[in-house]
Amino acid sequence: MALATEPTRNGVAPPMSADVVIRMEGVQKWYDQFQVLKDIDLEVHRGERIVICGPSGSGKSTLIRCINQLERHQKGRITVNGVELGPHHRQLDLVRREVGMVFQSFNLFPHLTVLENCMLAPLKVRGTTKAEAKATAMRYLERVRIPEQADKYPGQLSGGQQQRVAIARSLCMNPKVMLFDEPTSALDPEMVKEVLDTMIGLAEDGMTMLCVTHEMGFAKSVAHRVIFMDRGEIVEQNTPEEFFSAPKSERTRSFLGQILAH
Amino acid sequence: MIRAFGYNEFLFLLSAVQWTLLLSVIAFIGGGIVGLFVALGRTSDVKPLRLLATGYIQLFQGTPLLMQLFLVFFGATVVGIDMSPWVAAAVGLTLNTSAFLGEIWRGCIQSVPRGQWEAASSLGLRYPGLMRYVILPQAVKVAVPPTVGYLVQVIKGTSLAAIIGFVELTRAGQIVNNATFQPFLVFGIVAAIYFALCWPLSLLSQRLEARYAAPSR
Ligand SMILES: Nc1ncnc2c1ncn2[C@@H]1O[C@H](COP(=O)(O)OP(=O)(O)OP(=O)(O)O)[C@@H](O)[C@H]1O
Ligand SMILES: [Mg+2]
Repeated sequence: MALATEPTRNGVAPPMSADVVIRMEGVQKWYDQFQVLKDIDLEVHRGERIVICGPSGSGKSTLIRCINQLERHQKGRITVNGVELGPHHRQLDLVRREVGMVFQSFNLFPHLTVLENCMLAPLKVRGTTKAEAKATAMRYLERVRIPEQADKYPGQLSGGQQQRVAIARSLCMNPKVMLFDEPTSALDPEMVKEVLDTMIGLAEDGMTMLCVTHEMGFAKSVAHRVIFMDRGEIVEQNTPEEFFSAPKSERTRSFLGQILAH
Repeated sequence: MIRAFGYNEFLFLLSAVQWTLLLSVIAFIGGGIVGLFVALGRTSDVKPLRLLATGYIQLFQGTPLLMQLFLVFFGATVVGIDMSPWVAAAVGLTLNTSAFLGEIWRGCIQSVPRGQWEAASSLGLRYPGLMRYVILPQAVKVAVPPTVGYLVQVIKGTSLAAIIGFVELTRAGQIVNNATFQPFLVFGIVAAIYFALCWPLSLLSQRLEARYAAPSR
């Protein structure tokens, strides 16, 4: 709310002093012989908004999927909200219920209505009452501006609407941090904006966000920090101003050249 | 003493249909319950469970149903249980059906896109809730047509229970034939009755398949 006066200004200093929500230390991951993540160190502070970009296959998805352990890492430590991810289910449960995730392909549950999609996890994971789950769901559906679609099935909605429902569904769990994996890549161009606007709205409310995206306009206006990944490494990270105007590494420059040429 | 095939003989065959149907229903329900666990084991992340379920399926798919009925029937005697042909047939058919349904349903569970599992687990749902509320409801839709279709196999499979002495439709046919010596007529009628039971199910299965194959909403 404090950021609302200057909604899309990322000039607001990232809250570095605030507590760390995600800490990755020396994280490594292999698929068989192929190393996807090489020694990743990353700290995400409460309220911080980070955009991750990089060429296809550089490990961006893998990195954020390790945070809620959709992929397991083999080496290093990942701590989320004070819980270190280990081999036990209990830690995994604690982490997953605090971390929301939005996918490129929406992944709404097609057999449930929009409202039921939003109510399922609060009911079955948090054990809230039906009335409460419904109230929360309607609140977030209003927030993503589609309350009137509550009783429809996902297949009856446009891509942009589905993605907004997916965001609302995550928010219903009241997550401490939201992960986005190319949330607008599967959308028709005319629907990209409505989803980005929803994400900007989240940013204004101070949500901690980690977004894999190639929407550089979004990165410039919303991110505190832009991270560039290539071949499983974090090659460069900086404020958006510095990142776009004065990229340090050659790999970043050539990547930006390709992206901005479009 | 040779009798002519008459109305009474026909009624005898018809009344045996109830045992065929009852055996089918028991095999189907029992096989469905066990088969669900087989399918869950087969799609499990836990390797021993997966291997166990795979072995179970291969054992029953790789041996003739008749041998399975023999093994249950005579095996029970070997370990000192006096099992009636009725119970032996029910147990044997249940086990066999569970293996086939387990394999059919494995495919249905795996047809639910990976993204559904990921979305559900990222929301914090654990295996039981994830299966119950997200995966199985979607798998069931895919499963209905082949499952109804498989019911036809179950009904036809019950005819093998005749060989261990359980009086269902086929055994009733043998009994009538022994009295009338009109095998072509008797077994023709028996076959016609099977057809009357199975054909509607085949049709239903095809229609369901066409319906579900239509572009979903
Ligand atoms: N299940 C898997 N098995 C083997 N290799 C995989 C698997 N998943 C990903 N990879 C490989 O790991 C590398 C990193 O994949 P990842 O999906 O994290 O890249 P990305 O940066 O998200 O790419 P994109 O921009 O295309 O989404 C790629 O080379 C990919 O081929
Ligand atoms: Mg990716």
